[in-house]
Amino acid sequence: MLGKAQPLTRAMRPVGASWVSTSSKTQRKKVMFPGALNSVYTHDLRFASSVESIPTYQVMDTDGNVLDTANEPQVTREEAQQMYRNMLVLNAMDQVLYEAQRQGRISFYMTSFGEEALIGSAAALDSSDVVFGQYREAGVLLHRGFTIEQFMNQCYSNERDLGKGRQMPVHYGTRELNFQTISSPLATQIPQAAGAAYALRREGKKRCSVCYFGEGAASEGDFHAGLNMAATLGCPVIFYCRNNGYAISTPAVEQYRGDGIASRGIGYGIDTIRVDGNDVWAVYAATRAARQLAVEHSRPVLIEAMTYRVSHHSTSDDSSAYRSRKEVEDWTTRDNPVARMRAWLERRGWWAAGDDAEVIKAAKTEVLRAFAAAERLKKPAVRNLFEDVYDQLTPELERERSEIEALARKYPDYYQVNDFARDN
Amino acid sequence: MAPVHRLLPLAQSLGRTRASIQRTTRQQAKHRYSSAAADSASVEPIRGLDLGVAHSKLLLRTVASVRSNPELRALGVSEGETRKMNMCQAINDAMRQALATDDTAVVFGEDVAFGGVFRCSVGLAEEFGRERIFNTPLTEQGIAGFGIGMASMGHTAVAEIQFADYVFPAFDQIVNEAAKYRYRSGAQFDVGGLTFRTPCAAVGHGGLYHSQSPEALFAHVPGLKVVVPRSPVQAKGLLLAAIRDRNPTLVFEPKILYRSAVEQVPVADYELPLSKAEILRPGKDVTVVGYGAQIYALENAVQMVERDMPGVTCELIDLRTVAPYDAETVAQSVMKTGRLVVAHEAPRTMGFAAELAAEMQERCFLRLESPVQRVCGLDVPHPLVFERFYMPCAVRTYEAIKKALVY
Repeated sequence: MLGKAQPLTRAMRPVGASWVSTSSKTQRKKVMFPGALNSVYTHDLRFASSVESIPTYQVMDTDGNVLDTANEPQVTREEAQQMYRNMLVLNAMDQVLYEAQRQGRISFYMTSFGEEALIGSAAALDSSDVVFGQYREAGVLLHRGFTIEQFMNQCYSNERDLGKGRQMPVHYGTRELNFQTISSPLATQIPQAAGAAYALRREGKKRCSVCYFGEGAASEGDFHAGLNMAATLGCPVIFYCRNNGYAISTPAVEQYRGDGIASRGIGYGIDTIRVDGNDVWAVYAATRAARQLAVEHSRPVLIEAMTYRVSHHSTSDDSSAYRSRKEVEDWTTRDNPVARMRAWLERRGWWAAGDDAEVIKAAKTEVLRAFAAAERLKKPAVRNLFEDVYDQLTPELERERSEIEALARKYPDYYQVNDFARDN
Repeated sequence: MAPVHRLLPLAQSLGRTRASIQRTTRQQAKHRYSSAAADSASVEPIRGLDLGVAHSKLLLRTVASVRSNPELRALGVSEGETRKMNMCQAINDAMRQALATDDTAVVFGEDVAFGGVFRCSVGLAEEFGRERIFNTPLTEQGIAGFGIGMASMGHTAVAEIQFADYVFPAFDQIVNEAAKYRYRSGAQFDVGGLTFRTPCAAVGHGGLYHSQSPEALFAHVPGLKVVVPRSPVQAKGLLLAAIRDRNPTLVFEPKILYRSAVEQVPVADYELPLSKAEILRPGKDVTVVGYGAQIYALENAVQMVERDMPGVTCELIDLRTVAPYDAETVAQSVMKTGRLVVAHEAPRTMGFAAELAAEMQERCFLRLESPVQRVCGLDVPHPLVFERFYMPCAVRTYEAIKKALVY
């Protein structure tokens, strides 16, 4: 620390700090205040209001051309094809389940149209990294190996749903794939991901946590809490903001005034990058680099991925009430993450024009088959209503269970008991 | 929430000024009642009003009292070494043992690294290192979310919320996340290793924001456990149990007891059972239920009632765990006595006493001899200079017990 009124010496100067020059007559003195150790005194009364907008990292253009050959993705043909195939499968699944909701066969659904390049982030992670999602991360889950059957079972709340039929559709979670169960409240996962990362760091394994959220969720207090804690406590976590332009109906322009979400990362002292979130290779490269930083240096990284939510927010939303169909159509044609990836693959000769149809057909067949199978299964047994509230059933819950089971025996039609699996 | 430079003197002053507060309040009490008596001959001075834990006969002040304590005997720790500790030291001891026996255990919160504003974590950072005992930024929702994240990875997280009055930014994390973590995931994930410690309740000078008892707000949430200890021996055993319990647990620590409650505490590692009430004094005519520092007001009231109504005996029960609570022990007592008085510092309406009263009328309806009496904080914010009126003190409890008895 600097002594009282002591001039700066060379030894005390931070490396590369260009503002200190021993020869300069305007040598500026560092403040002593504990709250901003790198600040220097100035005599200009000036408010810091804007900085240059953070650039958006891009690997390929909208036609799939890699713009700087140094950025050519270092992936195998199989890896690239798998990523693309999963984008198509995700689309196929979304189409079927969106329609299923419209027909009243499931209660709710959320699609990922327009945000398929998110799969690039999943491909850049290690399978042991722990994912904290918001809700529109089915692509990540799919790429981790969650099966179509598992998606369907969850959306149908049937007896094979890992969540035991307790949550609305799309609230997926799987311990096996290190994907923490989705909860509806927004941004709560952000400080949680910081805590999980701290636990991973303490275990001494080279793993990180990865936390997805939208630009709307970044207005919640938990965003601030989570990023600040991760920064101060040195947590290996990747914060991945899907800035898709809308929080339900509220456009980004009404969500914040600053330079997106990325500018905030810098405020927290977090290494930050903004990427073209429709460019699967930009997403992939940024996530890989972020992972390296997080794991090797035990610190958080913020990725702001700029994208556009082509989907309605959910099946409970009709986005035509607040944006024009043309705006949406323009995005799907002008900058389509799936088309960009396909163009890149085709240029490489790793994909042929007809391959799409085959994959989509196979995916739809599989989805429909799993869909029909999931629909036929019973709801979980009624005892699951009471279990897992605590690690053990409390006397009160035992009593409530007896009461409800007696009522169900008395009024089986009202309680539709035949829809539920029997207790074994 | 409140700036630490303001909290620190408040917290640190508690120990030093506790005795003087008691002296002052006793003098005021004498003065008030004696002058009231002078104004009107029909008003009797109250006798035997001891005010607080310092006069309690319930504390295990001697080694002999530890040796003969049935619960500690059953746990096999009554014969071992004991050490004189106040509640703050007992909590410190519990955390030390939790940390020593579990490498994943961490203790964190605002100002905990230097020992905490109430000094409960003193010495832990030196002993276990700053990676395990660490300060967080000033963010209760962050602390709660962080603890949930650690616990979801199977680690043991002991999070301090500096005052119960400031837990509310974390309400969403605790209610929507911690409480539902196991249930919503189909038991794939849980945060059983998560414990919150937070100082609560009145101290005589805390006013609106250093006095509250929000336990019922959390007791209303399935999935949470809520514990309120009354003494050092209790605090150590219940906190260790809470930390090791496989459910997220909040331990509300009545901060007035941190220094004023002193007991011989077993040095051994021991856990007292959660969701198990303790009958502190057996009685046959009325059941008196409370928890935390309220126990000492109840004890005092019971003494006065038994003195003034010869032959009457009161059964005093410390609930210890507010959720999920031990309805069975209370119901058995009420089936015996036919009368129930339940007390807590938190406001009356929608408070825990309402729950207990409803449950007991359902279980013991034909046995009840009089309406259940609730002695609670008033339905106002916790008021600074009016605290004496607000409190469910021995005087109000005394009146309520008599009302239940003579109904």
